[in-house]
Amino acid sequence: MSDTVHGPLWLGEPVPDASFISMLEHRGVAPEWAFEGETPTALTEATTILAITFADGVVMAGDRRATAGNVIAHKRVRKVYEADRHSAVAISGTAGMAVELIKLFRTELEHYEKIEGNALSLEGKANYLARMVRGHLSLAFQGLVVIPLFCGYDTAQGKGRLYSYDVVGGRYDEYDYATTGSGGTEARSFLKSAWSPDLTSDEAVAVSVEALVAAAEEDAATGGPDLKRGIFPNVLIVSADGVSEVDDEQLASISRTIQEGRR
Amino acid sequence: MSMPFYVPPEQLVKDRAEFARKGIRRGRPIVVLRMDAGILLVGENNSSTLRKISEVYDRIAFAGVGRFNEFEALRVAGIRYADLKGYSYSRSDVTGKGLANAYSQTLGQVFSHEVKPYEIEIVVAEVGENPSGDNIYRIQFDGTLRDVGSATVLGSHEDEILAALDGTWSSDMAVGEAFAAAAAAVQTGMEESVALEDWETGFLDRSADRRAFRRLGTDEIREALGE
Repeated sequence: MSDTVHGPLWLGEPVPDASFISMLEHRGVAPEWAFEGETPTALTEATTILAITFADGVVMAGDRRATAGNVIAHKRVRKVYEADRHSAVAISGTAGMAVELIKLFRTELEHYEKIEGNALSLEGKANYLARMVRGHLSLAFQGLVVIPLFCGYDTAQGKGRLYSYDVVGGRYDEYDYATTGSGGTEARSFLKSAWSPDLTSDEAVAVSVEALVAAAEEDAATGGPDLKRGIFPNVLIVSADGVSEVDDEQLASISRTIQEGRR
Repeated sequence: MSMPFYVPPEQLVKDRAEFARKGIRRGRPIVVLRMDAGILLVGENNSSTLRKISEVYDRIAFAGVGRFNEFEALRVAGIRYADLKGYSYSRSDVTGKGLANAYSQTLGQVFSHEVKPYEIEIVVAEVGENPSGDNIYRIQFDGTLRDVGSATVLGSHEDEILAALDGTWSSDMAVGEAFAAAAAAVQTGMEESVALEDWETGFLDRSADRRAFRRLGTDEIREALGE
């Protein structure tokens, strides 16, 4: 085949691997994760996310509030996403950056799977996300931090696994639970007493929501369940059956129970 | 400087087309069936890793017959096209029509500009929310693009397999039944039997939420064939 790129398909394009981002870089259209100048103040930020392991996998949850300075910018932000059939990812930090990072990450996983014919290993996905966070480092130094949590069901090992990250792209295996965001410390203190290794899936969902409520009580940038408006945290269950979202009805009943108990 | 011989364009196109057809006729057949439940693609393939049928996007599948390296390059280019489009705009903006057109343009250019044309034929299948939204496009080595009906066969023994399918298959069948009908027709048409593990399948499930493509499992295939 000659070097010419045929028509709208760029046939014969010398992309080195099955990566979506490599393709974007090759075409010169990859998103820029660095820019010159001062960071504008009052950017929208997203806040408490957590993931806890339970008997059959991992439950991942996040509140819905986004703040810009001392303003509540959005009440229904999604911070917890299905990454692919067997993994989920949640984001904290500068919302605009984080959402873009996740979109790119999800596309990357699916792209790789389709081109190669098999999905990346769970560890491979976790490492790739670490690379993406690291690629974002120069922006983090300007104050535009994005820190994800990643979890999945490892089909090779037959168990749920959980990874946390730091701002420089460090990747850490977590065995019980992990939290990040401005309300993360509060949520972690709650989980320290409420978590046990043999939680059922329902119990794990309830504990996650209660941890978010605990965080929302102490942290202004974390939103608790809003029964009046019908705004509830996003909660995903990741197990051998794949990723499923807990419906609002169940979350409403859990939230009601928690509110009554905490009064 | 030597002068190249003049070859009339009619002759050039005819020679190239003949060359490509000869290659494609050697390709193992692939059957595409449009049903109420979705779109089923069935082919014989003795490799379980080098795929002829594959997922391209949420509701779009690809199948190719002929030279593996050539349709594989098209498959990969198609996935890149679809993922980039979905990433830049919205997932709902990736359509079978757009992809089929891109393939058609590309194959047309390869046919007239390259040293040799591609010895392949491909199908782009898109499953709709309901059967009227289904699209199955067939793209030839020279870029010819056709919108095809509910049963299509690519590769060798096309007419024989289509004849064998006639009357043994209907659109209201379940996936397993339709697979059994396709498998029987392929074996009748080719006049040879195919081992259980040599079937390659792809099914675009109409009822799926997002990614509609899946393959039939070995157990599902065994059950469908009554073995």
